[in-house]
Amino acid sequence: MRFVLDAGQRAFADSLDAMLTAAGTPSVVREWSRGEHGSGRALWSRIAEAGVFALTVPEEYGGLGAGPVELVVAFVELGRHAVPGPLVETVAATALLLGLDDPGPAERLLPTLTSGESTATLVPQQATFAPSRRPARSPTASRAWDVPPVAAPAESPGTSSTRTSHRPAESTHRTPLLEGQTLPAGARAPGPYALDADMADVRLTTPEPLTAPPGTTDLYLAPAVRAAEVHRSLDPARRLFRLPPGGELLASGPQVAGAAAHALATGRLATAAQALGVGLALLDRTVVHVGQRSQFGVPVGSFQAVKHRLADAKIALEFARAVLFGAALTMAAADVAAAKVTACEAAYTTARTALQLHGAIGYTAEYDLSLWLTKARALRTAWGGPRECRALVLSGGDRRW
Amino acid sequence: MDLAFTEEEEAFRTEAGAWLAAHVPGSPLPSLETAEGFAAHRAWEAELAAERWSVVNWPARYGGRETGLIGWLVFEEEYWAAGAPGRVGQNGISLLAPTLLDHGTEEQRARVLPPMATGEVVWAQAWSEPEAGSDLASLRSKAVRTDGGWRVSGQKTWSSRAAFADRAFGLFRSDPGAPKPHQGLTYLMFDLRAPGVTVRPIGRLDGKPAFAELFLDEVFVPDRDVIGEPGEGWRIAMSTAGNERGLMLRSPGRFLAAADRLRRLWRQQGSPPSAHDRVADALIGARAYQLFTYAAASRFLEGASLGPESSLNKVFWSEYDIALHETALDLLGDEGESADSDWAEGYVFSLAGPIYAGTNEIQRDIVAERLLGLPKGRR
Repeated sequence: MRFVLDAGQRAFADSLDAMLTAAGTPSVVREWSRGEHGSGRALWSRIAEAGVFALTVPEEYGGLGAGPVELVVAFVELGRHAVPGPLVETVAATALLLGLDDPGPAERLLPTLTSGESTATLVPQQATFAPSRRPARSPTASRAWDVPPVAAPAESPGTSSTRTSHRPAESTHRTPLLEGQTLPAGARAPGPYALDADMADVRLTTPEPLTAPPGTTDLYLAPAVRAAEVHRSLDPARRLFRLPPGGELLASGPQVAGAAAHALATGRLATAAQALGVGLALLDRTVVHVGQRSQFGVPVGSFQAVKHRLADAKIALEFARAVLFGAALTMAAADVAAAKVTACEAAYTTARTALQLHGAIGYTAEYDLSLWLTKARALRTAWGGPRECRALVLSGGDRRW
Repeated sequence: MDLAFTEEEEAFRTEAGAWLAAHVPGSPLPSLETAEGFAAHRAWEAELAAERWSVVNWPARYGGRETGLIGWLVFEEEYWAAGAPGRVGQNGISLLAPTLLDHGTEEQRARVLPPMATGEVVWAQAWSEPEAGSDLASLRSKAVRTDGGWRVSGQKTWSSRAAFADRAFGLFRSDPGAPKPHQGLTYLMFDLRAPGVTVRPIGRLDGKPAFAELFLDEVFVPDRDVIGEPGEGWRIAMSTAGNERGLMLRSPGRFLAAADRLRRLWRQQGSPPSAHDRVADALIGARAYQLFTYAAASRFLEGASLGPESSLNKVFWSEYDIALHETALDLLGDEGESADSDWAEGYVFSLAGPIYAGTNEIQRDIVAERLLGLPKGRR
């Protein structure tokens, strides 16, 4: 047991940090928010040169064959520098392609994703259903990747009283959602958005509803979307889109479900890492600010009320760091979900503290702090929000935690 | 970076788990904050010690198994998972023993540690004073040089376990003329039954005498009970306090087991959705504390000094412990008011966490000033 980064991993973080510091990401973020992708594409190439998109790709596909720990190291740095773009989505798409039994799609798409010549986005599948009061939008059954459907309440409109499982027989994650909680049959969790689909070259989708018969899920390369179709996010740098149905069929069958579960864990872990980086940047910037800003003749940072909020942020972030790297080592669904909750809550708490301690300066779009403040809130929801991830933790089987 | 234990550690885990399964009392012992419970827990310490399970990371010659810090963490996980009783020897084992191992003489270690390991001598902590809580540098109890030792006078308070313990350890002002308040302090061990010592138990919130006031009137302490050099008490106490103690004051195993019990309670109560998030957070918090401790232990074993990092630890576990017990009491519904449950006992115990061992306000100051580099200011 040696639960610390080794020298090589620390050096990788330092080199990414140096490169991103020199790149001056705030102006890149602002251009990206306006739909101007030139400088972001250039930065993307440099991130690819640093090996980020090749990390978890096997050497036979031109990758580095590293693991989730290195992925986390990289995404903490990307978060610290507020790098925009479908970063998480690209590594999750990579995981999806690598998880398929059929090597065809990976052989075709991975080389340019790994090299940074192309980018990917995808709609993350939900690991669990978020409890939803949304009306049923489809008469067909819904399904999540690693959670069997739950019994529907008899009073739900348009449902049968119980539903049987449509999950693939080989699914290994069979823990129910929340005990005592149900989802109306035919309802589905609100579909997530695809990030930056207007600039992503590869748009992967597993069109829902994911219907019976079991294991016939399809993976499509979705058609292009237009920039004008953008949905605004609380984080202006996150440009959200609904992927259109149809497109080119890439794969079908049970292999898609397994690969999508792998992609979900990868995307969720990378999002948690990005959130930790966002939190660390917010803390660092706030510490500098309160050391310089004087009121009542002394630095604001000498007041105990200020110190204690920052100490709490530090505590939350350091404990989140431990959960995050633990999840990278086990990649168990419950560990990854715990990392997502912990890192995102820590980042969000830090964001609230950062805003409060900056005062009105922090409450402006002009000031760079906003680039991290808005992201902290958005990442909390992305790739499975807190409630959904907590449900996964609670159903995490007989492990001791 | 890995979380894998060695074959030796896994074998040790198995051995410890098997022994505990065969020996842990079938029903809970009475509260250790009562005379009856104290005696029962002392007997449990003796049973643990008989097969060298009471202090697994200590050197073998004092009753340990030399498992190292990782072995201790493994043992603690098994210990609490087995539902074993709270440790009456905790103060001595986690605070005094590491200090003696680092700064004591061989004679002191050979004399003090074995009876500590068996529970034959139970130690109380005597650091706080009426005017010196978290601000230990303002200690006023005096130690005055005399033939062959020191004459100690003054008042100590909030001494955990002192109502029933045998001996105590603490800091005393031996050089009132020292230029700075934390200089001129001497670290002493003394007998709670020595002439001149008066012990007045104090009831904690539930009335149980979990701590006591000590009135010291010219109590003789022989030279052999001075730890380290006279006048160096602060440095000696703090060096241990900041390092291993930061890891060993509360083991992750304790919270992992408690969170698991909470999850079972939640399910027994019909898995109410209202407690869903809090139960999940209790599970996540236990895991976070375990992993944070693994990381700190890994750094410590690589030679890093943990120092102020133990303040992160202390704030986290103390607040976590309360949240966990509050959730349990809420889940119990009407029964949550009953004082006759392990959850109630644990709740009352948890409430002290943010107050003792340096209040959480002081710990947050340490985090802010020493880890974040914020300017010092008026408290």
